[in-house]
Amino acid sequence: MHNMEQIHFKQLKETLNFKTLDNGLKVFVLEKKDFNKTYATFTTNYGSVDNHFVPLGKSESVKVPDGIAHFLEHKLFEKEHGDVFQDFSKQGASANAFTTFKRTAYLFSTTGDVEKNLTTLIDFVQAPYFTEKTVEKEKGIIGQEIRMYDDNPDWRVYFGLIANMYQKHPVAIDIAGTVESIAKITKDDLYECYDTFYHPSNMLLFIVGPVDAEKIMELVEKNQAGKDYKDKPPIQRFFDEEPAQPGKRKEVLNMPVQTPKCYMGYKEKRPEREGKELLLRELSVNLLLEMMFGKSTKNYEKLYNEGLIDPSFSFDYTEEQGFGFSMIGGDTTDPDTFADTISRMVEEFKKQDLNQDDLERARKKKIGSFLRALNSPEFIANQFTRYEFNGMNLFDVIPTFEDLTAAHLEEALHDHFQESQLTICQVKKKQS
Amino acid sequence: MTLVDHQVADLPGITLHTVETTKYKTTSLILQLKSPIVEEEVTKRALLPFVLQSGTERFPSSKELREALDSLYGATLGADLSKKGEYQVITLRIDVANEKFLSDNTPLLDRAFELLSDVLLKPAKQGNAFLSEIVQKEKRSLKQQIESIYDDKMRYANKRLIEEMFEDEPYRFNVYGSEKEVDAITPEILYDYYNKVIQEDEIHLYAVGDVSREVLKDLTAKHFVFPNAKTEPKRISATGKRRVDEVKEIFEEQEVQQGKLHMGYRTYITYSDPDYLPLQIFNGVFGGFSHSKLFMNVREKESLAYYAASRFESHKGIIFVMSGIETNNYEKTVKIINEQLKEIQNGNITDAELDQTKAMIRNQILETVDDSTGLVEVLYHEVVSRHKRSIEEWLEGIENVTKEQVVGVSKKIELDTIYFLKGRGDA
Repeated sequence: MHNMEQIHFKQLKETLNFKTLDNGLKVFVLEKKDFNKTYATFTTNYGSVDNHFVPLGKSESVKVPDGIAHFLEHKLFEKEHGDVFQDFSKQGASANAFTTFKRTAYLFSTTGDVEKNLTTLIDFVQAPYFTEKTVEKEKGIIGQEIRMYDDNPDWRVYFGLIANMYQKHPVAIDIAGTVESIAKITKDDLYECYDTFYHPSNMLLFIVGPVDAEKIMELVEKNQAGKDYKDKPPIQRFFDEEPAQPGKRKEVLNMPVQTPKCYMGYKEKRPEREGKELLLRELSVNLLLEMMFGKSTKNYEKLYNEGLIDPSFSFDYTEEQGFGFSMIGGDTTDPDTFADTISRMVEEFKKQDLNQDDLERARKKKIGSFLRALNSPEFIANQFTRYEFNGMNLFDVIPTFEDLTAAHLEEALHDHFQESQLTICQVKKKQS
Repeated sequence: MTLVDHQVADLPGITLHTVETTKYKTTSLILQLKSPIVEEEVTKRALLPFVLQSGTERFPSSKELREALDSLYGATLGADLSKKGEYQVITLRIDVANEKFLSDNTPLLDRAFELLSDVLLKPAKQGNAFLSEIVQKEKRSLKQQIESIYDDKMRYANKRLIEEMFEDEPYRFNVYGSEKEVDAITPEILYDYYNKVIQEDEIHLYAVGDVSREVLKDLTAKHFVFPNAKTEPKRISATGKRRVDEVKEIFEEQEVQQGKLHMGYRTYITYSDPDYLPLQIFNGVFGGFSHSKLFMNVREKESLAYYAASRFESHKGIIFVMSGIETNNYEKTVKIINEQLKEIQNGNITDAELDQTKAMIRNQILETVDDSTGLVEVLYHEVVSRHKRSIEEWLEGIENVTKEQVVGVSKKIELDTIYFLKGRGDA
């Protein structure tokens, strides 16, 4: 057995406890003594994009139906004795789960019995129970979940933009799949995915709250020692080669809306970074976006004055191995002028030297918002996991912001914001 | 030790609520301005906070104000509106990093107090009017916000239900006002209304963070100086005690993939009533959680929906049920929902349901007060209802609710209106 490691983050006054168990599971515990709530996430490094892989114990690769990671997430809650949601609520915890492109997370929050609920979390995720009958029943429920998102224009425009960008990579496929694709899912498919991706060595457990880290670590370690996990070869996942440029320049979706929407973004040409390099990249591009379009910029003022944006306007940059993009958009009365103006503003910004005052202000703003985000245990657990799976440390964010230089930013600016990488997705009013 | 160290101090023109806690890395200052919902004022009142947060005397444009905020380590300034029973509440909020976590010596909190006070008391103006550029822009933005409700079909269906259900009560107005009222608001008219707000609104400031009470009090006294002695705030009691004669059924059709079913119930019970806690349990058994009857029957048993839930409004005494379904499953779903209410009225609540609901509500309350927004929301109930209920009393009260009380409450509940937004065509 290994000893628990501790990492101190002095400025933030936080201590993170960490251990990798014998079966490969990584466990992190952050004590937050003032909180009532304990929040725990149990996450597998497996999401909607992992649809082509070699199943455990097989030699040939398979392609599985779209939406299966999300379907599996739903079905893992059902056991022979009933629904695990109920077990949590009897124990005063509220449970949930979510599936992203790269991860599936199971979680609970409780102000009551942490140890009992933590055991329930670990045990239910590690004991799949799928039957034909329960799989069929879920198709109706997920079908309605898909329909709900179909009616949501913000969701549609966001995923529409990603679909414009990616021609081969499965990030272009809806996380929940389609009514047609989920109709094909069988219980055997679920077991195959489960066995391949839910081994402890592919997973991370994060617990944050008013807990005793030593005790929690001991509990998890005992729990895992009692389960018979064999060492497992690395997972082989396959992705078709993705062209550097977006597949589509522009897409217009017609929906019953009153205010049109326009989202635009630059597709990352080389989304292969990890660790410190990735962190530097994400923070650099996000800082640049803040300098270009933050609320205190001339651009924002101009866009707002001209009525091209309203408070729904937002921007973000995200990258994980295999895909990456910036995104700028919101509601707008004139989606075409919006798109022209934004891309012109980006080009103008590239021509000028970076203004040092603007940089310092944006830096301060980003540091402040990160501190604010740390008020939330949910943010810490979810983001820490995402960072860890990409070889980064969440608690490096502030020092990295502090160390960012104009040179870093210049490089990211000219590398990322290239006209050839730009694509646009709009929602316009359906004429009936 | 109490769960929430909440203390109240009455200062001239403003009531200060302080909560000392080391939970957060930021300090939150939250201003709540309360006034009854009035037809002639609802849209002006909706516009006001957005105009106020767009410029002050010192920083007369949004850009300058935002630069000042960014320099304070990205202090965030936000404005919002909410309906609490018969009141339309304006919220102005600033969050600022606690200096403890920064390698910087700027007195951030003092600056944040000053800025928030400027936003409320020293807005950018010219003579007896707000700046017309600001008003112009914010009018346009407000219109767009009102329109965007239509684009989010769940919000739209909820708004339509409320309009139909409360057709002759002020509660029918959307908190953002009405689109057709926006044009008529001039910078002068709005400034007049602003003066009235400062004079007549009941104003509360919540300060939450790792800062001593004395410091917070001094900063409030220093920065929040009101021009005149204030008039006694207006009080109104909940209207809408009328009984339901006949359930109203409203259908509307749009190009949607999924029908949005929204149902409104009158409970005749509000925050200050002794039955309020049994009503909370009722809502939990009925549709508040994933073990509730609605979720178990509409979703788990019949696979009709992804979501099927209920929630209640503490100060208006209403319960809303919502579910997204196939259009042709309308009758089946409504029937199942009606049966669930009947079940409770007939006393069919298991001990497990009751215990689970209590455990979940207890958990929910404790979790809510971990978050500064949630905490202020909970504390503000006392202001709206003029009824004190500490977190401890709340928790104990929930524990003591009996099944008979829940059944008793359920018998008072009446379905008032069903609104269904249905898909067109093939359904």
